[in-house]
Amino acid sequence: MAESNIDRGVRALRDRKKHYSIFSLARQARNYHQGWQQAWRHAEPKAEYDAIIIGGGGHGLATAYYLASVHNMTNIAVIEKGWLGGGNTGRNTTIIRSNYLWDESASIYEHAMKLWEGLAQDLNFNIMFSQRGVLTIAHSEHELKEMSRRVHAIRLNGIDSDILSPEEIKKFVPIMNMDQNIRYPVMGGFLQKRGGTARHDAVAWGYARAADDMGVDIIQNCEVTGLRRQGRRIVGVETTKGLIKSRKVGCVVAGHSSILADMAGIRMPIASRPLQALVSEPIKPILDTVIMSNAVHMYISQSDKGEMVLGAGVDKYNSYAQRGSFPVPEHMLAAAVELFPVLSRLRMLRHWGGIVDTCPDASPIISRTDIDGLYFNCGWGTGGFKATPGSGHVFADLIANDRPNDIAAPYALSRFETGLLIDEHGAAGVAH
Amino acid sequence: MARKTNIRANRNSHQAVSIDSHAPISFTFDGRTYQGCRGDTLASALLANNVHLTGRSFKYHRPRGIMAAGAEEPNALVGIGVGGRIEPNIKATQIELYDGLVAVSQNRFPSLKLDMGEINSVFSRFFPAGFYYKTFMWPASFWMGYEHIIRRAAGLGKASDTHQDPDRYEKRHAHFDIVVVGGGLAGLNAALQAANSGQRVLLAEDQHQCGGWLRSCDDIAIDGMAGHEWADKTALHLAEMENVTLLPRTTCFGYGDHNFLTLAERVTDHLAEKPAHLPRMRLWKVRARQVILATGAIERPLVFAGNDLPGVMLASAAQTYLNQYGVLAGGRGILTTNNDAAWHSAFALHEAGCLITAIVDTRENPAPAVLKQAAALGIQTRLGAGIIAAHGRLHIARVEIAPLTKTGDALAGEAEHFDCDLVLMSGGMNPVVHLHSQSRGKLKWDERTYCFRPSTSHEATQSVGACNGSFEPSRGIKEANAAALKAVKANGGAAEALDLPDIIARKINYTPMPIWQIPSGLPAGQGGKAFVDFQNDVTASDIQLAVREGYHSVEHVKRYTTTGMATDQGKTSNINALGILARERNAEIPAVGTTTFRMPYTPTSIGMIAGRDIGGLFDPVRVTPMDKWHREAGAKFEHVGQWMRAWYYPQKGESMEEAVHREVRAARQTAGLLDASTLGKIDIKGPDAAEFLNRIYTNSWLKLGVGNCRYGLMCKDDGMVMDDGVTTRLADDHFHMTTTTGGAAGVLDWLEEWQQTEWPELKVYLTSVTEQWAVATLSGPAAQEILNAAGTDIPLNNEGFRFMSMREGHVSGLPARIYRISFTGELSYEINVPARYGMALWTTLMRAGKTFGITPYGTEAMHVLRGEKGFIIVGQETDGTVTPHDLGMSWIVSDKKPDFIGKRALARQAMQASDRKQLVGLKTKDPKQVIPEGAHATLDPDQPPPVDMLGHVTSSYFSPNLGHSVAMALLRAGHTRMGQTVYFPMLDGSPPIEATITDTRFYDPKGERLNG
Repeated sequence: MAESNIDRGVRALRDRKKHYSIFSLARQARNYHQGWQQAWRHAEPKAEYDAIIIGGGGHGLATAYYLASVHNMTNIAVIEKGWLGGGNTGRNTTIIRSNYLWDESASIYEHAMKLWEGLAQDLNFNIMFSQRGVLTIAHSEHELKEMSRRVHAIRLNGIDSDILSPEEIKKFVPIMNMDQNIRYPVMGGFLQKRGGTARHDAVAWGYARAADDMGVDIIQNCEVTGLRRQGRRIVGVETTKGLIKSRKVGCVVAGHSSILADMAGIRMPIASRPLQALVSEPIKPILDTVIMSNAVHMYISQSDKGEMVLGAGVDKYNSYAQRGSFPVPEHMLAAAVELFPVLSRLRMLRHWGGIVDTCPDASPIISRTDIDGLYFNCGWGTGGFKATPGSGHVFADLIANDRPNDIAAPYALSRFETGLLIDEHGAAGVAH
Repeated sequence: MARKTNIRANRNSHQAVSIDSHAPISFTFDGRTYQGCRGDTLASALLANNVHLTGRSFKYHRPRGIMAAGAEEPNALVGIGVGGRIEPNIKATQIELYDGLVAVSQNRFPSLKLDMGEINSVFSRFFPAGFYYKTFMWPASFWMGYEHIIRRAAGLGKASDTHQDPDRYEKRHAHFDIVVVGGGLAGLNAALQAANSGQRVLLAEDQHQCGGWLRSCDDIAIDGMAGHEWADKTALHLAEMENVTLLPRTTCFGYGDHNFLTLAERVTDHLAEKPAHLPRMRLWKVRARQVILATGAIERPLVFAGNDLPGVMLASAAQTYLNQYGVLAGGRGILTTNNDAAWHSAFALHEAGCLITAIVDTRENPAPAVLKQAAALGIQTRLGAGIIAAHGRLHIARVEIAPLTKTGDALAGEAEHFDCDLVLMSGGMNPVVHLHSQSRGKLKWDERTYCFRPSTSHEATQSVGACNGSFEPSRGIKEANAAALKAVKANGGAAEALDLPDIIARKINYTPMPIWQIPSGLPAGQGGKAFVDFQNDVTASDIQLAVREGYHSVEHVKRYTTTGMATDQGKTSNINALGILARERNAEIPAVGTTTFRMPYTPTSIGMIAGRDIGGLFDPVRVTPMDKWHREAGAKFEHVGQWMRAWYYPQKGESMEEAVHREVRAARQTAGLLDASTLGKIDIKGPDAAEFLNRIYTNSWLKLGVGNCRYGLMCKDDGMVMDDGVTTRLADDHFHMTTTTGGAAGVLDWLEEWQQTEWPELKVYLTSVTEQWAVATLSGPAAQEILNAAGTDIPLNNEGFRFMSMREGHVSGLPARIYRISFTGELSYEINVPARYGMALWTTLMRAGKTFGITPYGTEAMHVLRGEKGFIIVGQETDGTVTPHDLGMSWIVSDKKPDFIGKRALARQAMQASDRKQLVGLKTKDPKQVIPEGAHATLDPDQPPPVDMLGHVTSSYFSPNLGHSVAMALLRAGHTRMGQTVYFPMLDGSPPIEATITDTRFYDPKGERLNG
């Protein structure tokens, strides 16, 4: 989708030295791995670019990659105040699914899903997209009804989804507590088999490497201090490395979107909150899918390394600090032990927090602004990782053409004025 | 090259200060039984039994032994326990031995000595850091297969098969004036000073005895006692003080905002028999006014080829095994170091009988004192030299030692070979700054001791002793004392400085030579593997590779190579990794920086953090005062929020459908009785109560007469329906609001938020009274007669007691409020009595109604009855995206009121759109067919996905009173589609269901039955 197979083949031949494969691995092994190239250059900013992406997370890097590969915009830069992928890209629980209720959501997440399915090959970077399935479970009559509604909609949108009975769940996930006498017994669930997880850091690195390969400048440790305007037009970005000019600026800075918007005098309908996650020590495989529960409120998977990866809801208060409060992991782990008693005897190894930007309708903003040439992609809340390729793809389209495509159009900022919201709260289950 | 010449560890118990050699204990490791002593760790007991090979590494499956003596151990991970108590990945160095302990090695097949996984080691050249990002991509469809194999190979230990943890975990909240973390020399002194100043003190010590390094060294005397004796005496003294809580076996693993500490106390793990009255662990959640951290320091390994072989050990660990447990870790040892302190560990082992054949120091000029002592002991020295390679298969057997250049970057001469069965290594000390950093304290790089130590604190906390980089005992003790005095003063206490104890300690220069990797003499990437992160098999070359590939940030190096991400959390690896990274980037270590420190300090039990909030205590179950009656009547229940509600009451042999139909018919033909106690109830009082309601609800409330009821809808500020219910005016300034069962708490929060933050000028007070009232809803043509039969002083005739009003009086002598409102469309009385009379009311009504055919009905029949009438249920017909207009309820939205919540939002463009989803009724073509709730409507049943969906079915039932199915749906422009045919595709592939769009009022559309 990014380029034709022939183009890709030509590029691969040209860059045989840079290409990753079992053969290059073997060749480098002969050489004690001394010959590997930098995955991306450590660029310093030029005076001016055709477009600047602020934010070197997955969404920002994907935007740059698609600007270069789809729209042939290669005189562009990604600027990142810290290290690539250091925001929510490197702090999430890596769940990928597209089983959303509303057409607008299904459309963008399924767009992303299709890109995920060929992404390792597109980027020539194994992002370990593992389609082990995402099983959402229901614990009450009410949840069963909600589930029925969602599965009907998802299936009619042409997206895979299967309803599982408690017996089928028991077989599929042997470690789940299927006792019907527990507080919230598992009464059923629905499974998206194409869902799963990917290696989050690799997504950022893979996009960075592929974008860099096409000439995109990736500039780390460069913090934006202001947005330079001329009337109602953006003309550049003020940074700790000086002014960088550009007449197109895309902001993709989850966790700080409202701060950046403030620099442009835009008030974003966003609340920023901490979201915590944790992993256990690695153990031999016991869980071969992703489980999400709304009523018991937690989600869990097991990484390829063997760590159990857990998350739950956001902290209750607004904050820009990448740390949460202790009651959240307490509740998360109680829920986890309730559903998976085997976890009781495991141990928490690492724990962390990120900042999620949430919109009133729990859907993202992919939008032009009142300032010409200034675009925002933000507000993904707790569910941005799974959208990474789709988000980057449509945002690149918006920046290149200065108008949203059909997938992005519903996510304009203007929806908060018109009321045409895409409310994923009510029926979204756990919004992750 | 004689291998295993002298592997003859022994137990010299007379000098062991931490074990009771008269208390033998037996335990098993990999099925073999061994003997240990009380006080041993599993690691010390294994070493005492000459067991050195304890595990296999994560990636290459290299043989590994015991390297350390505490939480920093990267290698010796075992699974312990049996049945539901099996716990994987436990560090042998942290297990207090008990009789009957069962331990097994991990990550090996078929056995520890012969592990098939070691094949990875042979091919390790193909598996550098991050190799998996570069391959397994072709063909794309094979990834899941590759991944399956990777998953099997990864992981470490195995979780229990039985799943059920038999143990219990408790939590405790506590407040202390001063919390001291760490009971070594500094911590004990800080606690002593704080306690003597009258402060309430918590002293938490990770081990089962206080003392820390005092237990491991034999060259410190305090007040004329050996260091460990002083520690025991001081700890005993502290434990006896009333204002001191001394917790041994307690690890502080988290340090959050506002001096909030989380500590894990291991209560029974060290006991062979676990007393039933004790929890396994106790989670302490502590708020401290002042914190003193005295968490000590951890020795750094040196990075050289083969540094991971069993038998290569931290010098301080070897000394710990000797002095605490009387165990010699080997018989023929070599020390490799870059500092003076480690020499003393070697001397101690030498004097205890382990022949130290050489001391190899990267420096050319160690202190004269240590050189003199080495000479006196007859130990050879190699100065300006290092171990460039270690050899052996399952154990260290031989090392190569070569002279180095002055900077330590390259070899300066030929290597010589030494046989040995023990290598002691020391690369300097790392202060344990984890808690300080977790609390957002800053670190600075100390150019004297080449380590990070705390600089400024963020919380009210001070670091003292070795964790502050003050390794000299006399300095640590002074610091501790001063910190305690400062903390006491900060708390407003009166402090008198105690006399410091007399310390006689050796003077040691703690400045090491900064050397992060001993060169091997071979080009980069070649030669034996020099490990930085032992457990995750990250080598110095891996870090070099990461930098070569552009992963420069410390976070990128960590994530790309996985260094520091193993279960030891980088306690031995992080600083060496930083050193190598800085070297490769030509940067200074402080410029490279550290990764963020977060809880937990060391892996922490998930069961303990979950605590008691599982099983029956996971979430409280709420039941009504009539719950017992429902259970005895054989009702089936459903979860509604936290509530258990009677769902239906099947009689013998009845299916759910049959029972529900019987209940539904009875409510229309005779009378039905519903337990409606779960409805949310909020008492609203104050002079501005009516004005408050007027702003909350969409309709007007100012003129509602006392004693009258009104139905209200409330919207969120986005104009979407959030809840509904009937509210009654009890007096001019007093209302009784009802809400949905599931929405009650949310509505109260909502009202409070508006009252407190937006309209503080309104005088109104809100109280939840949900559980103060039991409610029985009597509904049906016979309702009035039954109520009269039960006996009431309230006149029930339609003229005296009109629909939508409330009367206060008695029912069968019970004080009651009767609301004449109806959710069934029948003549209906909602009888509220104080909760304690709920059961009496219920049984009275059942008795009185017996001859009239009264029938209890559950929530399912309630749903059907209101479905027949087309009454909405918030949360079923609405989902946060539905306005009152969408529901066809424009009549309830006042256009006269100046404002109400949602008014502005409802004026927005999209709210006026004609294609909004609107609530309609549905009649199926086949009257017997019931459309599944959640099914989606389409005009074209043959369209392939993505199908143009009009909307979905919100409620759908078979109506026994009408003889056909009834359904409601939210359909795009539904109000304009009356009479249109729509189709509902089925998930199971059966033919789509055909239906006609109708009004939602199916039964008694004119409402004539309300008056009986």
